[in-house]
Amino acid sequence: MTERIITYAEAIREAIGQAMETDENVFMLGEDIGIYGGAFGVSGDLYQRFGKERILDTPISELGIVGAAVGAALVGMKPIVEIQFSDFTAQAMDQIVNQAAKIHFMLGGELSVPMVLRAPSGSGTGAAAQHSQSLETWFAHVPGLKVVMPSSPYEAKGLLLAALDDPNPVIVLEHKLLYKTSGHVPEEQYRIPIGTSNKVRDGRALTIVASGVMVSRSLEAAETLSGMGIEVEVIDVRSLSPLDMAPINESVKKTGKVMLVQEAPKHVGFMAEVAARIAEGDALYHLTEPVRRLCGMDVPIPYAPQLEKSVVPQLDDIVAAAVEVNRGI
Amino acid sequence: MTSISPLLAPAKGVVSHDQPSAASALESLLAIRFFEEAVDGLFARGLMHGTMHLSIGQEAVATGVCAALRKTDFITSTHRGHSHCIAKGADLTRMMAELLAKQTGYCRGRGGSMHIADVETGNLGANGIVAGGIPIAAGAALAQKMKGNDNVVVSFFGDGATNEGAFHEAMNLAAIWDLPVIFVCENNKYGMSNSTEFSMRIENIAERAASYGFEGVTVDGNDVDEVFQAAAAAVEKARGGKGPTLIECVTYRHKGHSKSDKNLYRTKEEIEDWKTKDPIGRFEHKAIEAGALNQDQVDAITEKMRDAVRTAITEASSAPDSDPAELLASVYREAGK
Ligand SMILES: Cc1ncc(C[n+]2csc(CCOP(=O)(O)OP(=O)(O)O)c2C)c(N)n1
Ligand SMILES: [Mg+2]
Repeated sequence: MTERIITYAEAIREAIGQAMETDENVFMLGEDIGIYGGAFGVSGDLYQRFGKERILDTPISELGIVGAAVGAALVGMKPIVEIQFSDFTAQAMDQIVNQAAKIHFMLGGELSVPMVLRAPSGSGTGAAAQHSQSLETWFAHVPGLKVVMPSSPYEAKGLLLAALDDPNPVIVLEHKLLYKTSGHVPEEQYRIPIGTSNKVRDGRALTIVASGVMVSRSLEAAETLSGMGIEVEVIDVRSLSPLDMAPINESVKKTGKVMLVQEAPKHVGFMAEVAARIAEGDALYHLTEPVRRLCGMDVPIPYAPQLEKSVVPQLDDIVAAAVEVNRGI
Repeated sequence: MTSISPLLAPAKGVVSHDQPSAASALESLLAIRFFEEAVDGLFARGLMHGTMHLSIGQEAVATGVCAALRKTDFITSTHRGHSHCIAKGADLTRMMAELLAKQTGYCRGRGGSMHIADVETGNLGANGIVAGGIPIAAGAALAQKMKGNDNVVVSFFGDGATNEGAFHEAMNLAAIWDLPVIFVCENNKYGMSNSTEFSMRIENIAERAASYGFEGVTVDGNDVDEVFQAAAAAVEKARGGKGPTLIECVTYRHKGHSKSDKNLYRTKEEIEDWKTKDPIGRFEHKAIEAGALNQDQVDAITEKMRDAVRTAITEASSAPDSDPAELLASVYREAGK
């Protein structure tokens, strides 16, 4: 049997389409998701397939859109909100943070908000400071939200279908640079459990922990490192909330060296949490080198291509840092 | 260095009827058009990076509004901001340098097309966030009022932006504080792919002012004279402490929303029809009819503006690339500077 290869964007669209076919309560809303097909082409032909009642194109009103999704979710629907760039979740933050995240707990547990909010995240497209941020830590810091970052087409479909099964608000941060990348995706529905981390490469020299686009970049780096005789283990933190530390701790115990890679700025970034959790457990005693974080610089994302590249870990940066950690300095 | 001659208000109220004001307005219209055609070309040839929003077809709005402003007045601009920047008097070379990611660009290559700010001419910045500049304009106007001067602030934004909460909150604040701010809506019929018929139930965006208790007017946004007259009246009112005005300028963008637009949401006929209402041809025609300009003068201005844009490209291209080394030290301003 040949493997079916589709893109990350197609995998997301397929998941949405299948969910809409199986469950009439699933619908999608967002800006330019209708005839335009979505700013990144994700919704594509869903509008033609499901019509304007279920693929709800909206005015430019992020707060209103997310609020409407929260309200619909409260009373039995399963909305999928697309926010055109994750940066614009800032407009909708009240509904995400003060409403969606807290309603189940705050109102005593009777109600919940089974909403999925998808948004393109990250830099690399020359779109500058207000269209390129990696804001996952904002959401991961709020109890009541679940946060996932799919790293491949396969992950994108499985995590989205799992998010749709979840009775809680799930934030799905999709990386813009991944939309056109391809990979094997089964046609049938499958779920990847939220709250799991995933070992994507075996190695004994050191452990690399990453999310989203940094997973594929780390895997690429791993190939180069392998050519240099350094076999790295790579763990995909596909779910930031809840966070599954087990595969990370297990790997650290084996390799004794860990490098945490993230695109977002270093200061108070998500990988600080991973580092702290390693330090809180017995994996700490297995470390032969200090924990190394390789992160974005603590600056807004600049426009110029050479500037943009310089503030976010690139392939060569990962290789160089891994060599250093491996050598032990 | 290359910029348009400062826009001049007409002696008798009609821009196209008065030689100096017609000449300066034509410079503005053509500089915007040629600048954007040039960047469109550079983009197509892979020499420009990122994305870009062009205002080709909408040049009369920025031109007519800025003709009613002084250098000390402020503007806030949008993602589609080249026209505002040029009409307010920015240097085309520094704009081009910014788009070409050069160290000499207005934002040192950090902002690009979507974030150009020219503080010297009172441009507080283009904005990547739809409606992001509207409350900022109200705040800048509040400061003018508190300082007791008679500067005004113009906020440019699109039709789509008026569906954001930020627009409504800013309108109300401006109303209750009688702020010297003029809200200029460039209604080009679409917010990305969504038409105004789709995204709102009212006929004219100007109607939105009524719910905040101040005046809203709708004008032909492809007619410099109409835009100027509405702007001049609003500016006079604002300078006199009589509060804000909403001006809806009905216009049309000839190009796609941005670089990735396939124009699936509108027809070729509609685009072609609007091209017949092109603001530049109309203005030249009116100015010549009125005897304010003759064909030779129009040709001379056209050549001058083509040259200005060519110079901007040449000068910007030879500038050094923006410098990654200074980024980390650029996030915060040092105290006392
Ligand atoms: C808060 C926010 N939401 C969405 C976007 C994406 N976006 C950029 S421009 C645009 C359309 C804006 O329409 P309008 O205000 O009419 O201005 P125009 O582009 O027509 O000049 C959209 C949806 C954004 N930049 N910011
Ligand atoms: Mg518009």
